[in-house]
Amino acid sequence: MIEAHLPALQVVLPLIAAPLCVLLRHAGLVWLFATLVTWASLAVAIALLQQVLAGGVIVYELGGWEPPWGIELRIDEANAFVLVIVASIAAVVMPFAKRSVADEVEADKIYLFYSMYLLCLTGLLGIAITGDAFNLFVFLEISSLSSYVLIALGKDRRALHAAYQYLILGTIGATFYLIGVGFLYIATGTLNMVDLAERIPQVQDLQSVHAAIAFILIGIGLKAAVFPLHLWLPNAYCYAPSVVTAFLAATATKVSIYVLLRVFFTVFGADFTFGVVPMTAILMLLGGAGMLVGSLVAIFQTNAKRLLAYSSIAQIGYMVLGLAIGSVTGVSAAIVHLFNHAMMKGGLFLVLGCIVFRSGSTLVRDLAGVGKSMPLTSAAFVVGGLSLIGVPLTTGFISKWVLIEAALEEGYWYAAVLVVFSSLLAIAYVWRVVEVAYFQEPSREVAALREAPMILLAPTWLLILANIYFGVDTSVTLGVAEQAARTLIGAGP
Amino acid sequence: MLSAGLFNYWIVVVLMMTGFYIVISRSNLVKKIVGLNIFQTSVFILYITAGKIAGGTAPILDDRFDVYSNPLPHVLILTAIVVGVATTSLGLALVVRIREAYGTIEEEEIELQDASAQRREDEEAEAPKGDGAPAGGRGRDS
Repeated sequence: MIEAHLPALQVVLPLIAAPLCVLLRHAGLVWLFATLVTWASLAVAIALLQQVLAGGVIVYELGGWEPPWGIELRIDEANAFVLVIVASIAAVVMPFAKRSVADEVEADKIYLFYSMYLLCLTGLLGIAITGDAFNLFVFLEISSLSSYVLIALGKDRRALHAAYQYLILGTIGATFYLIGVGFLYIATGTLNMVDLAERIPQVQDLQSVHAAIAFILIGIGLKAAVFPLHLWLPNAYCYAPSVVTAFLAATATKVSIYVLLRVFFTVFGADFTFGVVPMTAILMLLGGAGMLVGSLVAIFQTNAKRLLAYSSIAQIGYMVLGLAIGSVTGVSAAIVHLFNHAMMKGGLFLVLGCIVFRSGSTLVRDLAGVGKSMPLTSAAFVVGGLSLIGVPLTTGFISKWVLIEAALEEGYWYAAVLVVFSSLLAIAYVWRVVEVAYFQEPSREVAALREAPMILLAPTWLLILANIYFGVDTSVTLGVAEQAARTLIGAGP
Repeated sequence: MLSAGLFNYWIVVVLMMTGFYIVISRSNLVKKIVGLNIFQTSVFILYITAGKIAGGTAPILDDRFDVYSNPLPHVLILTAIVVGVATTSLGLALVVRIREAYGTIEEEEIELQDASAQRREDEEAEAPKGDGAPAGGRGRDS
């Protein structure tokens, strides 16, 4: 009984839990409740992935209404994998959140924080699970609106301005997506992704369909922070509370990249996206530029949080590059990097969360000598950083290996060179932090710092160790990613 | 006839560009939100116009009519309007908070204040490491 309704539960569970948090009010209770909900979400997501891997695509008609009248939830390997990524990050971050949020968010707003967190989770899971183009817009706005609130809760007043800028750009992005979907609806008369996929080939010569894909690329590109649409990202990540940064950096942009995959391969179909529209050239340019500029700018940052934010822009470039290549290997590189980047960036931002918890600053110079006073935290940064660079035995290496393989298979040797060059730049910015942390004498304040408490270290190390585990045993991640890529590319007409 | 049929779409284009231009060009945070509203409204009109069928009536079943307008775009836009209202209220709430924290709602002035805070951080980063207070205003009022 319950198994048949898992797809609905995936979204409904956090959605109903969010207002309940407001009713509970008590900070500790709300945290406990929200934690249980995120863990239940993770269990549902894993069960869904197992169902999909065993029995193929799951179709769920919401409220028993058949499509095209009702909204259809449609789960294949690709979005089941994304659901697991989002839910697992949300579940791992929650134990970390208790102390960190109590430290960084005003006491009387903590229950609202968790309410927003669950709403954001609802939106992200909803985007991934839905099979309806308009429904996707609604979930996109649910996740966006709650993430604006979450970012604005940061202590520094610049968080407010960052949230406002994100609100303006995010709304423009969502509205662009809405325009694109509107054009598709006018041209085809349907909003269901599967129906759209069937009807688009008949109208693919219409100007409005070409405009639609452009609007959707820009709209979702804004949300995914694809270079040069990334301007909201550095400030938003830099000034948001640590927990929010870790959660959003590991999930929000990933889900948007998934939307691009879904729209390009399932809705428009690979023939249209890469045959009729020169998408390979466009995406390769954006991805390549993002990889270079993101890594270069990261080197010169004075704030470690902003440094990692710019590194995220470069990492998104890798995913876009995989998407641009468009082959099975390329798309599986993009999908596996969704997972791997979530693990490394989630872990690294949690490391900074530990440091903020003790010292209150993420400025690189304030990290001087932190390797001595907080050895476990700093070691986590080193391992995460190695994964970011792409050292063998870490997940970063796997992503880049598959990506380079994909690029060489299709003859884009310059893309492969770019990936390697960007990784070299990654060494530079990771080394900057490591050098300061380990080879500079600590100031009096830093020397007095104690190691972060266990409740913060455990989730951090869990994510960091996941980098090693999935860097050694790739059968699960790479296997699912490859299957997902096959489904996505094969699903097109 | 052709131009009359496209009249609504011209309005959509004009509103869309007007709204978008306001968002980009104005420095006043409230005016930006006004522009954003105009921009979103243009998309609402786009959808609703697409749902209109010439000679069609409101989609309430009755024996006297057999051509109805498409109700789906209306329903979609009802949802989008709710989203728009939520965005506007959240945006305005943020502007109130920004006014409290910065004392201004002009983006240029806010950016100046942010830039000088950033410069302070950078200068402290270059200065020899003393035992100065940790930088990066931990308090809103700094």
